[in-house]
Amino acid sequence: MSAEARKHPGINLGTAHAEAHDAAEVVVFGFWVFLMSDLVLFGLLFATYVVMLGATAGGPGPKELFDIKSAGTETFILLTSSFTFGMASLALKYGRHPLRLQFWLAVTLILGLIFLGFEIHDFIAMFERNAGPSRSGFLSAFFALVPTHGLHVTAGSIWIAVMMVQVVVFGVDTPVKTRILRLGLFWHFLDIVWVGIFSVVYLAGLAR
Amino acid sequence: MTISDLLHLLLGRLSWDALPFWSAIQDPTLSNIVNAVIATGAAGLVVIGAIVLPLIITWYGKWRVLWSEWLTSVDHKRIGIMYIVLALVMLSRAVIEAVLMRSQQAFGLGGGFLSPEHFSQLFTTHGSIMIFFMAMPFLTGLINYVVPLQIGARDMSFPVMNSISLGLTAAGAGLVMISLVLEKFSTGGWSGYPPYTEMAFNPGVGPDYWIWAVTLSSIGTTMTGINFAVTIYKERAPGIHLFRMPLFCWTALCTSIIMIFAMPPLTVATLMLALDRYLDFHFFTNDLGGNLMNYVNLFWLFGHPEVYLVVLPAFGVYSEVFSTFSAKRLYGYKSLVYATMAIAVISFTVWLHHFFTMGQSANINAVFGIATMLIGIPTGVKIYDWMLTMFRGRVRFTVPMLYALAFVMLFVIGGLTGMILANPTIDYQVHNTLFLVAHFHNVLIPGTLFGMLAGYHFWFPKAFGFRLDERWGRIACACWAVGFMLAFFPLYGLGLLGMPRRTVAYFEPAYLPFTLVALAGAGLVLCALGSLIVQLWVSIRKREENRVYAGDPWNGRTLEWATSAPPPEWNFPVLPEVSDRDPFAVAKESGRAYQAAGGYEDITLPRNSAMGMIICIAGASMAFGLVWYMWWLAIFGALVIIGAVIARSFIRGTTRIISAREVEETHRRWLQAVADVRPASRDDELEPANHGLAEASA
Repeated sequence: MSAEARKHPGINLGTAHAEAHDAAEVVVFGFWVFLMSDLVLFGLLFATYVVMLGATAGGPGPKELFDIKSAGTETFILLTSSFTFGMASLALKYGRHPLRLQFWLAVTLILGLIFLGFEIHDFIAMFERNAGPSRSGFLSAFFALVPTHGLHVTAGSIWIAVMMVQVVVFGVDTPVKTRILRLGLFWHFLDIVWVGIFSVVYLAGLAR
Repeated sequence: MTISDLLHLLLGRLSWDALPFWSAIQDPTLSNIVNAVIATGAAGLVVIGAIVLPLIITWYGKWRVLWSEWLTSVDHKRIGIMYIVLALVMLSRAVIEAVLMRSQQAFGLGGGFLSPEHFSQLFTTHGSIMIFFMAMPFLTGLINYVVPLQIGARDMSFPVMNSISLGLTAAGAGLVMISLVLEKFSTGGWSGYPPYTEMAFNPGVGPDYWIWAVTLSSIGTTMTGINFAVTIYKERAPGIHLFRMPLFCWTALCTSIIMIFAMPPLTVATLMLALDRYLDFHFFTNDLGGNLMNYVNLFWLFGHPEVYLVVLPAFGVYSEVFSTFSAKRLYGYKSLVYATMAIAVISFTVWLHHFFTMGQSANINAVFGIATMLIGIPTGVKIYDWMLTMFRGRVRFTVPMLYALAFVMLFVIGGLTGMILANPTIDYQVHNTLFLVAHFHNVLIPGTLFGMLAGYHFWFPKAFGFRLDERWGRIACACWAVGFMLAFFPLYGLGLLGMPRRTVAYFEPAYLPFTLVALAGAGLVLCALGSLIVQLWVSIRKREENRVYAGDPWNGRTLEWATSAPPPEWNFPVLPEVSDRDPFAVAKESGRAYQAAGGYEDITLPRNSAMGMIICIAGASMAFGLVWYMWWLAIFGALVIIGAVIARSFIRGTTRIISAREVEETHRRWLQAVADVRPASRDDELEPANHGLAEASA
C-alpha cells in the first residue's frame, strides 16, 4: 500500500474519495484521540464496578439480578448492528447508491433502538424488585456503568438519525463522509465496551 | 397552584437566605456583621463589575467589536488572549482571598474575625480557582497563542471546538463568581472529599456549585487537550519533525496528553458525587456500601497528573526564556524532551502519595513513595540543562529572565521538600499540616505562576505589538519572589510545629510570629498583583514608544518571532520550510529572514462561530439550574446545547478565503516597515530604540 492509501488505519475511505480522504486524516485522528479519553472514562467505571462488587449492603447481588437470556439477546443485537454498520461503511467507501447507505444506516438505527428497549426493560425489572441504584453501593456502580453505555448508544442513535437526514439534505459530500467514518468508529467502540460489560458484569457476575 | 408553588417551581431553592448579608440582618451579632460586610463587599464587586463593564462597552460603542472580533472569533490567538484575561481576573480574586486567609491566621490566636464557615469557603474557592480557573486557563491561553505560531500552523485543528472549550471554562468560572452573590460556595476544600460533601452533611448548594463549576471546566479541558494534541501531531509546517519542535511545543504536547488521560477521572469523580447528591446513589456515602476511598483514588488519579499538567508548560516557557535571553541554543534539548516525557508518564504512577495515611499497607506506600522520588530525577535534569544554557551565554536580566532565575532557586527548595514528603514515614508526621501547604505553594508559585508570568511578559509584545513596562515588571517580580518567600517559608516552620492546614483559629502563642511574617508576605504578594495592574496601565499609556511592529523584540530564535507583532490572522503568508531547531535564529544568521515569498496564494480560514458563546451561556444556565434545583432551567440549557450541536452540523460554508492579494499586501507592508526601522543592539533591548528588529549578532 502506498502512503496515500493507508493514511489512517482501520475504516477509511480510500484514495478514490480524494478530498474527503485528506480531510479524514485530521478529523478521524482527532476522533481516535477522543475515543481514548472516553475509554479512560469507561475504564474507571469498570474499575469502580469491580471494586464495589461486594458492597451489596445485604441487598441483591449479580446472581439474583441478572438474566443471561436478556443480556445475551442484547449482545447479539448490538454485535449485529456493528455488522450492519460495517455494511454501511462499505456502501460509503465503494460509492454505491446513497439509498444503500441509507438502508444499512436505518437497519443499524433500528437495532440500536431495539437494544435500548431491551436495556430499559431490564432496568425497569430491576427497579420493580427494589434493586435501583439507591439500594446499595454495588447497584450504584452498576447503574453508573451500564446506563452510561446506554447513554452513549442513545447519542449514537441520534447521530445516525442526524446523518440520515444530512445524506438527504446534502447528498454524500465530504463532511457527511468524514462524519459517517467517525460515527462508525463510535458505534464499533460502543460494541467493544459492551463486550466488556457482557463479560465483566453479566458473565462473571453469574459465574461467581 | 398557589403563588408559592409557582415560585418554588421557578426559583427552586433560591431564597433571600442566599444573599450574603441576610444572616447578619436576621442575627446581628458582631461576628456575623463582620463576615457579612466582607462577603457583601466581595459580592458588591461582582455586581458592580457586571453592571459597569456593559456600561463602559456601551459608552464606547464596542459591543459589535466585542462580539464579532472576540467572543465569536475562532482565531487561536484571540482565544488565547481571552483565556489569559480570564486567568488574570480569577488570579486577582484568588490572591485577595489568600490575603484574607493570611490575615485571619495572623489574628487567629484565640479567634480572629472570620467565621469558620467563611474561612472554609475562602480556602475552597482559593484552591479551586487557582487550579481550575487561573493556572489552567493561563497555560491553555499561552499554548493557544504560541504553539500554532511555533509549529508554523494557521490555526488549531478544531478552531470551533477551541472556542467551545473556552466557553465551558468561562461558564465554570462564571458559576464561581455568581456564588459570591448567591451564597454559599462549598466548604469542602478544592478536593471536595466526601462524605463531608455528601447530602447527609452538606445539604446546601455549596458542594453543588463546586461540582458543576469543576465539571464544566474539566469537560472543556478534555476537549482542549484533544485539540492541542491533534494540532501538534498534524499541523506542523514542512520540515518540523518532532525533534525540531521548540521545547514549549513538547511541554504543550505532554500537557495535552495528560489532559486527555487525567481529566476523565475528575469528571467521573465529580459526576458520581453529583449522582450521590441528586439521585441518592451510594458511591461515597457512609451507609449502604458506599466507600469514600473510591473518590479519593479517582480524584488523585486526576489530581496528581494535574500538578504536572500545570507545571510542564511553565517548564516550556522557561526553556524558551533561558535560551533566548542567553542568546544560546537550548542546552541538552533531547534530554529535556525525554525528561518532559518521563515526567508525564511517571505522573500517572504516584497519585497514592496524597493519602499515605489512609490505610493501605506499608508496602504499597513504599512503592508510591519511591515512584514519587523518581520524578525528582528528570526534573533535576531540567534544572541542570537550564543552568548550562546560561553558562557562557550573553545573559540579559529582563523580566522573564528574572522570573526564571527566581524559579530555579525557589523551585529546587520546593522540590527538596517534596522529596521529604515522598517518604511515607515522614509524611505521617507532617501530613495535613501547613508543611504540606508550604510545599505545594513552593512548587506551584515559582513553578507554574512565575512561568506563566514570564510567558506573559515574553510574548506580550508579540500579541499586542508593544513591550510591557520594564520598571513596573521588575517591581512586580521582586514583590512576587520576596512576598512568596515571606508568606510560605514560615509555613514550613508552622507545619513542623504541628499547625494543621485549614485552621481558622488556634490557641498556641508560639505560632504567632510565623503567622505575622506570613501576613507580611501576603501583603507583598498583594503589592505584586497591584504592580502587575499598574504595569499594564503604564504600558498601554506608553505604548507608542514601545512599539515593536517588526515583531522580534528579544532577538528570538523560533518561528513565532518571524511574523509581525501582532501577527496577521493567518499567521504566515506562506507556510515556512524548516530545517533546523532554531529556524528563525538560523535564518537571521544566514540573512534569509525578512524576505518576500516567491508567490502568494489564497488562504482558507475558518469563519467566526457563535457556538462557543451559545454553549457557554447554555452550560452556565444548566449548571446554575442544577445548583438551585431550577429544573426547567437545567433542562432548557441541556436542550439548547444538544440543539446547537445538531444545528451546527447542518451549516456548510464554515470557511472563508483571504485573497492572495491581501496576503501579499499585508506581508509587503510589514517587510517595508522592517526595512524602515533601525535594528537595535541587545544593549538597547529595553529602550524605546528597540523597534522589534534585532541587530545581526556578531
